[in-house]
Parts: sequence; C-alpha cells; structure tokens
Amino acid sequence: MIRVTVNGVAYEREVEPRLLLADFLRHDLGLTGTHVGCEQGVCGACTVILNGDSARSCLCFAVQADGGEIETVEGLGDVDNLNPLQQAFQEHHALQCGFCTPGMLMTGVDLLRKYPLATDAQIREGLSGNLCRCTGYEHVVQAIRSVVRARNGS
Amino acid sequence: MEAEARPKIIGARVQRVEDPRLLAGQGRFIDDLNLPGTLHVAFARSDHAHARIVEIDSAVAARMPGVTAVFTAADIADLMQPIRATSRMADYHATELPVLAHGKVRYVGEAVAAVVADSRYLAEDAVEQIVITYEPLGNVIDPVANIEADAPLLHEDAGTNVIVSRTFIRGDVEGAMDSAPIRVGDTFRMHRKTPTAMENRGYLADYDQGRRALTLHSTSQIPGIVHDALVEILDLPGNRIRVVAPDVGGGFGGKGALYPEEVLVCILARQLGRPVKWLSDRLEDLMTTNQAFDEHIEAELACDEEGRILGLRAEVIGDVGAYSIYPWTAAVEPVQVVSFLPGPYRVPNYFGRVRAVATSKTPTGAYRGVGRPISTFVMERLIDMAAAKLSLDPLEMRRRNMVRAEEFPYKSASGIVWERAGFMECLDGVAEAADYQDLRRQQTAARAAGRWVGIGLASYAELTGLGSRISVAPGMPVNTGTETATIRIDATGAVTAYFGIASHGQGLETTLAQVIAEELGVRVGDVEVVHGDSAAVAHGTGTFASRSTVLAGGAAIMSARAVREKVMEAASHLLEADTGDMDAADGRVFVKGTDRSLSFRELARAVYSEMGRLPREVREGIELEATRMYDPYFGTTSPASHLAMVEIDPETYQVTIQRYVVAEDCGRVINPLIADGQVHGGVAQGIGAALMEEVVHDPSGQILTASLLDYVVPTAAEIPAMEVLHIETEPPGNIGGFRGMGEGGTIGAPAALANAITDALAPLGININELPATPERLFRLIGDRQE
Repeated sequence: MIRVTVNGVAYEREVEPRLLLADFLRHDLGLTGTHVGCEQGVCGACTVILNGDSARSCLCFAVQADGGEIETVEGLGDVDNLNPLQQAFQEHHALQCGFCTPGMLMTGVDLLRKYPLATDAQIREGLSGNLCRCTGYEHVVQAIRSVVRARNGS
Repeated sequence: MEAEARPKIIGARVQRVEDPRLLAGQGRFIDDLNLPGTLHVAFARSDHAHARIVEIDSAVAARMPGVTAVFTAADIADLMQPIRATSRMADYHATELPVLAHGKVRYVGEAVAAVVADSRYLAEDAVEQIVITYEPLGNVIDPVANIEADAPLLHEDAGTNVIVSRTFIRGDVEGAMDSAPIRVGDTFRMHRKTPTAMENRGYLADYDQGRRALTLHSTSQIPGIVHDALVEILDLPGNRIRVVAPDVGGGFGGKGALYPEEVLVCILARQLGRPVKWLSDRLEDLMTTNQAFDEHIEAELACDEEGRILGLRAEVIGDVGAYSIYPWTAAVEPVQVVSFLPGPYRVPNYFGRVRAVATSKTPTGAYRGVGRPISTFVMERLIDMAAAKLSLDPLEMRRRNMVRAEEFPYKSASGIVWERAGFMECLDGVAEAADYQDLRRQQTAARAAGRWVGIGLASYAELTGLGSRISVAPGMPVNTGTETATIRIDATGAVTAYFGIASHGQGLETTLAQVIAEELGVRVGDVEVVHGDSAAVAHGTGTFASRSTVLAGGAAIMSARAVREKVMEAASHLLEADTGDMDAADGRVFVKGTDRSLSFRELARAVYSEMGRLPREVREGIELEATRMYDPYFGTTSPASHLAMVEIDPETYQVTIQRYVVAEDCGRVINPLIADGQVHGGVAQGIGAALMEEVVHDPSGQILTASLLDYVVPTAAEIPAMEVLHIETEPPGNIGGFRGMGEGGTIGAPAALANAITDALAPLGININELPATPERLFRLIGDRQE
C-alpha cells in the first residue's frame, strides 16, 4: 500500500513492488499525460516533479514515491485554462507531435522555479535531458525565454 | 473588393488547434487508449543475424501465470495471406515480409514468437522462458561482399542478394570525363540512421465478433495503405476494417510502412476475440523500426576550367537490410540517391548506377529526406572539391552551375523535370542573409589565429506533393498521387472536413482548417479536421513524402469551393439576393453593403430542418457537402540552400555550429510559425545525421546502438538557433500554390555541415566524405594528417 499526493489529490493504492512510477501514474491513476519514450531515463518524456525536483518516472518504482508529492502535466492547466508556460508553448509553436511536451513542460517548470535562466545557453543546457525529435528546440527555447522575461517583468 | 479587405487566414501565424489538448496532457496517443479485456503482446526476438530456426520451445512460457497463448509462425500461417511488396520495376526481387520468422531469421531483433498475456509485465516474464534453438548460417552483413556471386544468400528464392538494380544515363559520361581538365572524386559513406520518433510504435486491434469487424488503432502515418493491405492479408471486406491513427508522436517515415506487429495484433484479436495490444519499447524500436541512409557511394565529377560541370558518374550500393518493406519496397531510398544526385545543377552527361543489397540487418525504408540527404551530401561535397581545385569560391561555383530562371522547366540528368522555383533566389538569399562575405572575413581572422572555423553551403531541389504520374517508389502498385477531401456542413452549421492524410506533428489540423476557413468564409476554430482514419474517405494513404499540404490542401480548396457554391445558392434564396452580391466571412453569409446576413447555423437549419424555407427542388440539390479528389499529376519542385558556419574544438573535436541559415521556397506559406518549425526540426535531424547519429553493428550483425545512450540524437545543447527565410517565386503548377517542405531541412544539413567541417580543416587538407563526423572520426582524420 502506498500513499502519494498527485497534483494535490491524495491517493492510496496497492501496487506491485516492480511497478514503475510512470506506469502507476498512467495505468493505475489514469493520468496518461505523462509519456514513456525510452524506459531508460534518457529521453525525458516521463519527467514529473517529485517532492520538488524533476524526476524520471520511468526510472523510479511507484513504491519509492510512497509518502511523496508528485506534480504532473495534468496539474499545470487544462485545455480551457492553460498556464503561462503552456500558453507560451502554444504562442511560440514549441510543440509539434506533442509526445515529449509533458516532459518538456515539467522540466521547464523546474528550471523556471530554480534558475535565473539569464541566457539561452542556460535554457538549452537545462533542456538537454529532454529529447524532442520534431521542433529542433528553437521554439521551445523561445517559449521559455518569453516566460523568463514575463517573470522578470521585462 | 471587400474580400480583399478581410485579413487573410492563409499566411497568418495562427496558433495550432492541436496544441491545447497536447499541452494539457489530454492528447490520445496509442498507449492512452484502453479497451476492457485487452491482452498484451511481448515478442521473443532473434539474437542471431542469420540463422536457421531449429526449434522453438514455448511449453513453459505457455503455462506461466496470466499467459493466454504463445504464437509462432506455424500458428498463424493459415490465418493470413503472405505479405510481399511488389513492383513493376525491372531487376527487382520481391521478398516476403514475415509476420513471425519462419524457417530462418534474417536480422537481430526479428520477431520469432509472440506471447499474449494479461499484462505486458507478465508477457515479458513469459518471453524469458521461451527457448529458441538456432543453427547459424553464412555471414551476410556486408553489402559489398554480398554482391559477390559466391556470397551466401539471405533470400534463397530471390537467387541474389542484389534485390534492386537501376541505372540512369544521360549523354556520354566516359567521353566527358576523359576530356575534362578538372576531375574530382572519392568514396563517400553515409552511415545508417534510425528515425527515432519520441513515441515508439504501437498497435491495438479490436475485433467485433458480432459484426465480424476489425478496428486497428495504429501509430501509423499511412492508415489508408494499412487498411487496404489488411483487406488482402486478412481476407475481410474493406467496410469491416477500420484503421485509426490517434495522436501519433512523430514518425519521420519510420511509421510510414506496414509492420509485422501491426498485422499480428489483428490476427490475434480476431483469433482470440479480445482486444490485443502491442507497444514497442525503445530497445525494440531501435532494433526493428525501419532504418535508413545506409549507402556506399563512389562518385566523380568533371568540369571545365571555368568550373562548369561536364559530367558526373556514380556507383551506389545501398544496404537495405533484411526485407523489402511494404508498400515502398527496398528501392524507395537507394534509387532516389541516384535519381537526385545531379541536384539543382546542369549536368550534361551522367551515369548513375545503384544496387540495393539485402543484408542481415533491420529493414530500411523511408526516413525524412529519403535518399536525398545522401545525394545532396555527395554532390555538394563534389562541388566544393571541384571549387577547391579551381580555387573558386564555393558560392560562385554553385552560381555557375545552378539551373537558371530562364531554363525552367528543366529536365535533370536523371529525367526529373524541375518546374520554375527559386533555385538561385534561395542561394542568393542565404548568402545575403548570412552576409557571406563578412563570414569569410571572420573566418580568415579566426584561421589566422589558428582556429578551425569553416563555412559550408548546400543547395538542393526535391520533388514534393507527387501526383499520380510519379510514384513515390518506382513501379509501386499503390497510388499515392491523389487525395480526397469531403467537407460537410451539418444540420447545426458545424463544418467538418475529412481527409486521407494522417497528421502526426505537422499541424495539419490547423493548416487545413486555415485553407478551408479562408475558402468557405468561416473561422479556423469552426473547422474540425478529421484525418488518420481509413473510414474518413473512400481512398486515403496517409502523410509522407512531403505530400499533405500540396495534396490535401488542394483537395480542401476544391471541396470547399464546391460547398461554398451550395451555401451561396441556399443563401441567395434565403436572403433574396444574387450570389454575386454576397460573401461569407467569420461563419456568416452576408449581402455586401447591407446588414442582411445569416449565420452558417441559421442557413443549415433552413436547409436541413426548417422545411418550407427553401423550395423542395432547390433543397434537394444543395446538401451542404462536397467530396473532391485532387491529383496534381506531376510533382512540385521545392528548392533550398543552407549555410552553416562551424568551429571545431582542437581538444575535444566537438563541432559547434555558430551560424545556421536556411533559405527555402515552399511557395505560398499557409502558416509561417508551422513552416519555420518544420525547417527547424528537419535541420536538427540533419545535424544529427551529420554529427552524431549512427546505427552500429558488430561483424556478426549484433546491433550495438540499441539504446538512446548509444544511438545519440541531438539535444537542445547541440542544436543552434536557426534563421529561416521563406522565398516565394512564381507559384507552382498546383491549385493551392503550395510546395511540400516537411523533409527539406534534413536534406540540406548533412551536406552543409560536411562542407563546413571540410572548410574548417582546409589547412590540413581533410575532406569529410564520411558521415557522421563524430569527434572520434575527426580525431582520427586529423591525427593521421598531423602525423
């Protein structure tokens, strides 16, 4: 039996010890916004925020998240009420197929909370654990840059 | 005119209608679909490259908890017709594409047995208990050795490993070469790539036993082609098979063919009466999704002392892997290498021969650019090698040979007809945007300081939006040259448009809605675009070969115009005005210069529900719906030029891209935001192809790059900011004035980077004629030269 809070909602579930956190979120809780791209911790599509830090939900067992607080893409903003980062992604065309996007957004949330992101090189470095095969990253960088500017009031 | 005063929808930076669902985690990808009672498949896959299957022992696996059954080739042989990609092409040997290997295995990763279980976890547990005994057969890993008459055969029934041969000849290349004052040439090598869409392939089949009807949910780029193939393979009528591609997480060609696993889940769902799902993991994706770009090329270019090309000769060996894929065949890539090799240049004499050789590796197929990244790499290297020999600037060398505006239509040395497009305009455009002369000055200063800084150009032209006259793959029996659009205004006034394409990142829900909104006079958000569903239109293929904007956009225009006529006819009765005095915008029809208007909703109610508002004889002819099929007949020429400036770190041999500029002519731009994104993404894949991506096999055929740690794709840290210019010249000869542009970025980038790195290393006299130019390769090349 594990207890986790996901996007502010408390869940109590019985899980097999070998169940991955990504599979727990997707299949047990029905939160299919978190995507699995490699199951090897390389592509970053499954990135969630676990206890305040970005984490690969494909490299983590559900039992390891017991007692933890998890944020997923579903917690950002819904289709009628996108949050500023999601809006920036739409305005700057920072997604194409959208498969890597939830992971990009969660990494973006983590970067925006923790770092000044003064240069594009810092944004690119911060995103370098999230693979996107569609966009060539340029518009993703521009989207995050625009949120940094808004945050800094410039 | 009032219509002219309205803001144009085509050409506007419209935000994508796809985005909110994808941004909110509400997309519906294959693994997000759940059907009650679904069974899950895991495969026992070959760990031999070429071996006879002696025995498959699945007795233990079949008794494992949660396991429904284990299937091998023998179990499904009677449940399907064999799959063969046929072609009218001479010198082509079709090979059967097995769903599960029978008799022997032909590459590492080939599916041999399938476990069906209650969950993927349990299915994988059971796979580990399957024991397959193999007897290794002769080594057929090297395409060059496989050509030899005494080489072991991968497909005994073909009688040869050379499954495709084709030669293109213009003029007298021998004579031109022999008398030419300048000749340059080399052996070029592009190493194998894999498309690596971020979402792996996956299939979910649902068989309705009551209706004897099958629905396949597939990560396919080609649901229409898969549908038509399944009719034959499963012997079911077309109206009882539906293939649906939900949200698909990228394809790049890798999801653009029929796959064994896709057929198997259908067979199993029908046999077991339960939904059956298989989802590839990344290991399987890197072992089994069709790979590409694996060519060995010997090429030579001859020119006169002014740099004018006199002749071009090439021998190409394409390593096409184990099977000829459906429906494109093994010819789809290698033949394009020779047919596009002459590039956007005047080449009076040409000899290009290609042989596609079967090897015991993953089958190859279409990957973004298809052949042209390799042909452009080789031709653009030859151009630079000749320019270097002549001490001519590479930009000037290109200007002297590129087909000029007054020469269109121009028949290329391989027979491709280039229509008028911005060949020279793109070359001049990229040079001007980058301030080429200033970059050369910067390079001179850097070189004086001992730095390895180089500038590379690449120009190419591609054929996109192919009509029925030109096959995507030579001799292919499947027609991909037409596209059908049905546009329907329902009884509530809502507009739905149905297509045969299958958008998987290209934003076609938005761009096609833009086209329809502009033609019909509604808002973009009012148009629902239905795609990726074989039930949408009578004949569909999918999205590939840079076709969808040209073909579906054209069909959308024709169909929208037909619907608009009906709208106007109904409105002329309802508003008591001449059709010529009316217009439509923002979902309303209005009489120009008056306040008399009707919403589409009001109009639809009058047509369908409020009997008596229109005379019966009018009403019966104006159902608010039209279907049109568009055939551009020939292809549309899409040219571009790329410029890259790079610096090589003398300690790590890492290549840093300092500047990347693209000038391309995609005709009328529907949405600049999306057009830019297509170029950025294409270039990023071209950068990967040029600098890092390589599928590596050991001498026994084991794949050494079966994880994303080993098959390295570019991250945000390696990809530079890019500048993109859209240059519009004369509109192409298709109804919308669009040119396809989804693949172009990947075509130009490897060549531009190879030229830039070569230029950076010019003081050492090194030619980059093998890609990817990894730090290790550069270290060896530079080390050899410095010794």
